[in-house]
Amino acid sequence: MTREEALFRAVLRMGDNNLVLGHRLSEWCGHGPVLEEDIAQTNIALDLIGQTRNLLTYAGELEGKGRSEDDLAYLRGEREYLNVQLVELPKADYAFTIARSFLYDAFHLPLQQALTESRDEHLKAIAGKAVKEVTYHLRHSSEWLIRFGDGTEESHRRAQEAVDELWRYTGELFVPDEAEELLAKDGTLPKLTDLKAEWSATVDRVLNEATLKRPADGWMAGGGKKGVHTEHLGPMLAEMQILQRTFPGVEW
Amino acid sequence: MAKDQQEALFQQRVDDEQKIEPRDWMPDEYRKTLIRQISQHAHSEVVGMLPEGNWITRAPSLRRKTVLLAKVQDEAGHGLYLYSAAETLGVSREQLIDQLLSGKAKYSSIFNYPTLTWADIGAIGWLVDGAAIMNQVMLTRTSYGPYARAMVRICKEESFHQRQGYEILMTLCKGTPEQKAMAQDALDRWWWPSLMMFGPSDKDSPHSAQSMKWKIKRQSNDELRQVFIDRTVHQAEYLGLKVPDPKLKWNEQTQHYDWGEIDWTEFNEVIRGNGPCNRDRMAARRKAHADGAWVREAALAYAGKQAKKKAA
Ligand SMILES: [Fe+2]
Ligand SMILES: [Fe+2]
Repeated sequence: MTREEALFRAVLRMGDNNLVLGHRLSEWCGHGPVLEEDIAQTNIALDLIGQTRNLLTYAGELEGKGRSEDDLAYLRGEREYLNVQLVELPKADYAFTIARSFLYDAFHLPLQQALTESRDEHLKAIAGKAVKEVTYHLRHSSEWLIRFGDGTEESHRRAQEAVDELWRYTGELFVPDEAEELLAKDGTLPKLTDLKAEWSATVDRVLNEATLKRPADGWMAGGGKKGVHTEHLGPMLAEMQILQRTFPGVEW
Repeated sequence: MAKDQQEALFQQRVDDEQKIEPRDWMPDEYRKTLIRQISQHAHSEVVGMLPEGNWITRAPSLRRKTVLLAKVQDEAGHGLYLYSAAETLGVSREQLIDQLLSGKAKYSSIFNYPTLTWADIGAIGWLVDGAAIMNQVMLTRTSYGPYARAMVRICKEESFHQRQGYEILMTLCKGTPEQKAMAQDALDRWWWPSLMMFGPSDKDSPHSAQSMKWKIKRQSNDELRQVFIDRTVHQAEYLGLKVPDPKLKWNEQTQHYDWGEIDWTEFNEVIRGNGPCNRDRMAARRKAHADGAWVREAALAYAGKQAKKKAA
């Protein structure tokens, strides 16, 4: 794998992670538990999709085959999507949505922070803007997870169940694929093991304040990074891509 | 002070174009009318998120998705401003939401029509937001201060809504024959319901005269509707679309368009709950509210615990 190929893959993955999570969050728009949360989740979805657009545009440039952000988002199948499985799981209840966002945000923030010192100027520029946004995302998801954990009996139960259920999907975040390994060597990407330490500290701090238990590390799911997904991504993409697939090559 | 004296003074203030503020004396009927109108307006913003939200996950490009998300988010914000404005009149947001969910309060009937194709998202921005803007611009001068100020904020965001809708249709009309047919079909379905948004004809509008006197409303339903038609027909021509009204014709004498007859039977049926989506809209709102109950309870319980800790 050349450095260019590795960078294409890594940038694509960051875009896919954000796009898929942004899609899941956007499903709350109009259906949130309170109007303020419709607004907050939409805001976060907007940030994530905004970042996606920058990342996929850059990925297209790296690839050099003339693919645009929309070609990459709308015309790749599920086996070509490289996101981690964590972000594609259905939105379920609000505890699950919040817990999933928290587990991702706690990874996403140190990733973006590290990227502000990347050797790659483009990623550095994208991260410069993203850090502020993701800081807010993590604050939002942490605050709600704490409210749920330390709220009512029911919210505590739902939050704990969500964290337990999601835990097996967190391992994949920190297992580098060939591309990520290569790029960590020359300072383009941070080392995922370094991110893990920071993630772990954030998780401990917030779970503790939320009076929630950190699950034991057991068997971890994986495969998303290689394009092997849960059954949930396919239907999501089918919905997202329907117009582009039904009317190929048309301007919208 | 005697009540008729208070009323005379109140009317004098209204006539002098002074804004009425929450602490000012006001006739009970004025308060009631405002609560009804503002809450109905707030509910419309919130229910209105549903037909457009229906296409967020299917928006055909990342740019369109972003714009649509931002637009629907604005509508949620409008709902918030308006609930706050209503609360200055002594009702709580919960009470108002209960009235919506129990079916006691109304919302704009336009949102009981379905969004079947992507072109409908264009048509809603162009026609529905376009019609709403006419009403809302008028309301920036309404006599009740908090309502007028909420409208000023809202109007700033609305013109973007109409523009994005028109731009969607423009792209479709410049596109393939299939896309253009999609746009025409959307106009065919949304034209008459959009005209109904202005409400019953003046002669059949029970609350209108009093609302005009109190300067809650400042232009009649029929006046606003006519301005909307005159303006929109040109925009349709520019798109190359045909307005679905065989009687539509420019009148040199009046300098306005003559046009056909609204199907008031349909209008009344939709208000009565028999529009294509009334049941779906209410079901979606009730579900969101019921599913969110434990979330709101948790937030309250947590806030209570924190307050206790602080006090200790
Ligand atoms: Fe609005
Ligand atoms: Fe609007």
